[in-house]
Amino acid sequence: MNGIIEGKITAVKQHNNREEKSQILQAKAGRWERILVILRKSKARFIPEILVEKLLMLSAVVSIMALLLISVFIFSRGVPLIASVGLGDFLFSLEWKPIQGKFGIGAMFVGSLLLTSASLAWAVPLGLLTAIFMAEIAPPPVGRIMTRMVSLLAGIPSVVYGFFGLVIIVPLIRNYLGGTGMSVLAGAIILGIMILPTIINISRDAIQAVPLVYKESSLALGASHYQTIGRLILPAASSGIITAVVLAMGRAIGETMAVVMVTGNAAIIPDSLLAPLRTMTSNIVLEMGYAAGDHQAALFATGAILFIFILLLNLLLNFIRRAGKRYAGN
Amino acid sequence: MPGTRIGEKALTCLLYLSALIIIGILLAIVGYIVYKGLAMINLDFIMQAPRRAGKEGGISSTIVGTLYLTVLSLAIAAPLGVGTAIHLEEYAQKESYFAYLVTLTAETLAAIPSIIYGLFGFVFFVIYLKLGWSIWSGSLTLAIMVWPTITRTAQEAILSVPREYRENSLALGASKWQTIRKIVIPAAIPGIVTGMILALGRAIGETAAVLLTAGTSLGMPLSPADPARSMSVHLYMLAMEGLSMERAFGTAFLIIILLLFINYLANRSMSLLSHNGG
Repeated sequence: MNGIIEGKITAVKQHNNREEKSQILQAKAGRWERILVILRKSKARFIPEILVEKLLMLSAVVSIMALLLISVFIFSRGVPLIASVGLGDFLFSLEWKPIQGKFGIGAMFVGSLLLTSASLAWAVPLGLLTAIFMAEIAPPPVGRIMTRMVSLLAGIPSVVYGFFGLVIIVPLIRNYLGGTGMSVLAGAIILGIMILPTIINISRDAIQAVPLVYKESSLALGASHYQTIGRLILPAASSGIITAVVLAMGRAIGETMAVVMVTGNAAIIPDSLLAPLRTMTSNIVLEMGYAAGDHQAALFATGAILFIFILLLNLLLNFIRRAGKRYAGN
Repeated sequence: MPGTRIGEKALTCLLYLSALIIIGILLAIVGYIVYKGLAMINLDFIMQAPRRAGKEGGISSTIVGTLYLTVLSLAIAAPLGVGTAIHLEEYAQKESYFAYLVTLTAETLAAIPSIIYGLFGFVFFVIYLKLGWSIWSGSLTLAIMVWPTITRTAQEAILSVPREYRENSLALGASKWQTIRKIVIPAAIPGIVTGMILALGRAIGETAAVLLTAGTSLGMPLSPADPARSMSVHLYMLAMEGLSMERAFGTAFLIIILLLFINYLANRSMSLLSHNGG
């Protein structure tokens, strides 16, 4: 009997227990559900919002980190060598004899400047004329076709330009002007072609950004279209045009592959347009494959000088832009 | 005044002439390479591995190398670039110091020549991080290079999305991120894609940086840890060492065709944007 009763009691207790447990569970579940609902609500509105914002910010921070890393690694590899050689000697000494430990990039330094000026000398006038044509003269369909063509020109990689120079320009110079053809002239022609899109695009945008009212007023006063372009539109667009030239200069000084392929790469200061030359960029790409120790450091130092050049040009650009804004504001 | 008349006529001629020169240069380069390269192109050239340092055989491994490098670099740079653009346009205070710093960084990165990227990639990825001459090193270097392109185009695309879209979405109770994800990004997607296509073109053509970071190995790259030679590096080596001018023309032809196609794609997606935004 007792056993049976006890059994029943335990059964009831167990039952009660179970109910209690399930009640507790339910209560717990209810609590969880409520928490979940709250979470889900806030999830949609709060947690990912902040998370996303931080993540997006992180991607911006990564880019700043990348620039910092680039500066630190290039300078930390190059600057000690410049310090031991001496900045003046490194920049202006004409002796580049890595095996004897003589590191002077004078010839390359002059070479870079020379080649950049030579290519700017013909590409800037041609580019500017084309920009004026596209913005002011060309009928709209022609302008659109030109825009496409210039963007194609901009899309051709430098190694293809170099190859074209090697198989067309260099033989032409060799056959008609003499020398080996690998020359300042070949480099200036190819480099000039390469910076044309930069000059055209940016100065065209600058010309098109001149308010139409200026132009209309000038024309209404009886000035001809060309007078308007020369006396009004070009001066008003001048900060944009200078920006174009500075950007093109940066591109020309940093260009590597095309220059290596057509300029002959002799580390001497050229005495004529038909003589070969070596730029700072060529110096790096030609010798990086086998350089070690101080020699490698000297190549990084060459890169550091180039980097400083580019940074200075960028600073100049910012200055021009600010000056341009002030001018436009007045 | 008849004098100025003649002067103006001469000026008009000069302007037309300069435009003609530009068109002539483009046609000469593309035409010559297509003309000389087309003769080289057949299935063997594309499918066969290079033999004897590229003197014989095809260029299959360099095509695979190029694909690997460009796809991987885009996969790294696209989220970062688009993320930065969204941050700058949607979250950052326009006049804040941080936004100024990021814009300045993008400008500077865009101005750095590829040879400097090559030097950096070599000393940081190849040596410091011990990745060696590999597709990883090359792609990471390329990713930093194309990052500003992607950011800038995405920024412009996001900026061109009308304010009303955002205001309507917010007024309907959507959160900021929901608005960006469901409204702003879909409206800006053609511009974002255009940026990626442009970045792709730049990555395919890049030579100096790839040469110093991915190496010049002609073997077929299997994993991203392998060294690889891209088509543009191959073209450089073939032409500079005079190994095989026919194969150099063939490679240049393929690069040009690829880039023409990419340019066409970029124009198409750009026109989508102007239909959409207008």
